[in-house]
Amino acid sequence: MPKHVVPRLLRAHPTETWLVIVLAVICAGLSLTTTQFLTVANVFNLLNTSSVNLIFAVGLLVVLIAGGIDISFAVAASVVQYVAALALAGIGGGGWLSGLAIAALAGMTLGAVNAALIHYFRIISIVVTIATFNIFFGLLMFFTHGVSIYSLPEWWTRRAVLFEYQQANGTWAELTLPVLIMSVCVIATWVLIRHTTTGRQLYAFGDHPEGAKRLGINIAAMHFIAFGWLGLMAGIGGLVQVHYAQEVVPNALIGRELDVLAAVVLGGARLGGGRGTVLGCILGVFLVSVTQNGLNLLGVSPYAFKMIVGAIILAAISLSSAPLGQMLARGRQRWQS
Amino acid sequence: MAVAAPQPQDPTPVLSLQNVSVTFGGVKALQDVSFEVLPGEVQCIAGENGSGKSTLIKVITGIYQPAPGCRFTVAGQSVQTMSPAQARSAGVVVIWQDLALFNEMSVAENIGIEAVLGATPRLVDHAAIRRTAENALARLGADIDVDARLSEFAIAQRQIVAIARALVREAKVIFMDEPTSSLTRTETNRLLDIVRTLSAQGIAIVFVSHRLAEVLEISKRVTVLRDGRLVGVFESAGMSQSRLTELMTGKTFDQSVKAADHAVSPVVLSVNGLSRRGDYAEISLTIRKGETVGLTGLLGAGRTELALSIFGMLQPDSGAISIDGVPLQLRSNRDAIRAGIGYLSEDRLSLGLIQPQSIEDNLVLPVLDRIIGRRLISTRKKAALVARWVSDLAIRVGRPVDPVSTLSGGNQQRVAIAKWLAAGPKLIILDSPTVGVDVGARAGIFEIVQRLAHEGLAILLISDEVPEVYFNADRVLHMAEGRIVGEYDPRRIALTELEAAVYA
Repeated sequence: MPKHVVPRLLRAHPTETWLVIVLAVICAGLSLTTTQFLTVANVFNLLNTSSVNLIFAVGLLVVLIAGGIDISFAVAASVVQYVAALALAGIGGGGWLSGLAIAALAGMTLGAVNAALIHYFRIISIVVTIATFNIFFGLLMFFTHGVSIYSLPEWWTRRAVLFEYQQANGTWAELTLPVLIMSVCVIATWVLIRHTTTGRQLYAFGDHPEGAKRLGINIAAMHFIAFGWLGLMAGIGGLVQVHYAQEVVPNALIGRELDVLAAVVLGGARLGGGRGTVLGCILGVFLVSVTQNGLNLLGVSPYAFKMIVGAIILAAISLSSAPLGQMLARGRQRWQS
Repeated sequence: MAVAAPQPQDPTPVLSLQNVSVTFGGVKALQDVSFEVLPGEVQCIAGENGSGKSTLIKVITGIYQPAPGCRFTVAGQSVQTMSPAQARSAGVVVIWQDLALFNEMSVAENIGIEAVLGATPRLVDHAAIRRTAENALARLGADIDVDARLSEFAIAQRQIVAIARALVREAKVIFMDEPTSSLTRTETNRLLDIVRTLSAQGIAIVFVSHRLAEVLEISKRVTVLRDGRLVGVFESAGMSQSRLTELMTGKTFDQSVKAADHAVSPVVLSVNGLSRRGDYAEISLTIRKGETVGLTGLLGAGRTELALSIFGMLQPDSGAISIDGVPLQLRSNRDAIRAGIGYLSEDRLSLGLIQPQSIEDNLVLPVLDRIIGRRLISTRKKAALVARWVSDLAIRVGRPVDPVSTLSGGNQQRVAIAKWLAAGPKLIILDSPTVGVDVGARAGIFEIVQRLAHEGLAILLISDEVPEVYFNADRVLHMAEGRIVGEYDPRRIALTELEAAVYA
């Protein structure tokens, strides 16, 4: 029934469909107004620079689906960067595999700390992660005295190009390793939440915790899996961010948690649990990065970026969460009551 | 109404319990209760709050362990103890009042949730879940899009989804906790049809319900509990509502019409040609001093919308409202409160009272300006006001500083009424004042209503239970599809006639 596809999509995935439309409009506008936007180099560049955020985003998505929230994951990633740098120096350099293993382990440990506090002390996740945000960052600054690390193993900071392409003007467009790692993380998360029983239990738990409990779903496991998965993604994202930035700086990722959270919520994940898709997450992250990229190409002052991105997030969320007609009707009712 | 009879050739109970006793910290929640369910029967457990209904269900589902000495029999086999897993394999499924469904998930996944349970992660077979769901819905004769998100459906359809889920779990006995409390009459009838379908398939249904009329209408037998003891198991045929109330409460209630003539009293509320598009049209009514006017009709008839308009919370498109002959321009409910109108919300839990706040804070909420000392709230004045109303309405409270949520339904409703009385209204609108209130406590609420009317208050009593307005109002207005379609004097019409008119 091909002619029913669009209305069906709109009903089943309103946020995603809406984001695709907005993203398409912005891309079309930028393609017409700038010469650089629709070039292979710029598209590859967008993918390269969005990789870290998207790795964080799919991790955070799992926590939001399970009804939690986490604002400590970005500083947790900073902690992982330091732990990995020290551990790798300890084992004489290591490589991508040992690096990923160390980052994954450290990240999951920090995620498990959050899960344990939430589950065993029954504290809500926002409060726990505000506390651990401060604890993680405080410990990091205390032990490092705020000193950055520049001497890192050679493999970690060497640019790894997966695919390159010479454009007509002679410049090279490069797709780099972070994109591969990001793709693996995105696909793994998609399989987890969409196609495994564990993932469906996470949705059920986030949707109606009491109902999930009555069906015999293991609540402790849900907390540990959700926050463990975000920890894993935070660790990997941290490792990739160092690769990209070529240095370990203790406060490099501060503030990133809110950017990622905004993008994930923009992608349709519900604060309160039970709802959110990997596709929405991808679209949310790219809507933000395409906007920034576009403003850059249009020559807008970088000081205005945050303000404009904030406004776009606000507009997109209000429009996608309630279709315009419904919103006006509700506004009318509220006015009258 | 006819009910599919239990299969006569198979009289072995699917489930039987004998001599069940449960004690919590010295309090006997159940004492020597016996209970059995026959295959395919429709039974009802009736009893007030605290009578042990939910304790009994929790024993049956293995959540509570009874004291030694009780005997379980499952499908003719004697078992020592009941665990949740055993209850499940015996085909005992409980559909709780909140349904415990997942609003953001698809209908298919809600029904086939069993397939994604278990601690070991596996890949999900989405197609198989979809088939399971379609089959279960087909057995119920329900037409629901299995791919749609559950939140797109109204409560009645969600309930069908919950029943379909029970079928997937191979239920032999389905317990339904207050299944009709938020259904309209038509929806209730559809649910009852489904219950008959299940019963014909040999699945027993046990209702736990407050609504006596339905209890008697659909069930063949009623098990009555009171104070943790079994009063008895009764045939529904030939049982009257008042007799069942007596069995549940152990008290007899005055079931006489209290209507009186108030034609000489001055008019307090006068509503003239009030219309609001989509909600109600051409509503005219008057309520005199000391008069109780009943307003009944099915859910969705526009009763609550009309009440909210008189209370200033919804703006009518046209028409006039006046109090004591003075026309009102109600821009909000603040104006209505100032004009002397009080409104007891039909949704006590989420709108009527602020559940986590204390009894005293709830009570003084509409009259904060009257308990101010020099500048700030005077605790002395507050305590005096609270003490007065608590004793006046005989509210059984531990301490006035306890949260309202710790009170029983009946006492909560008294607090909600006291709150409005404290504001000194001329007219009070009571919207479904007995929802979630025990049968015994309902009589207490209506005693208060009678007394208030006697003291000269004008009362608009809204209820979808026809007997409530019949026995407690001076006149009964029947509302249907937004219009007042009939006015009755309880002294000149029999209850059955009025019920026939409203439920037609």
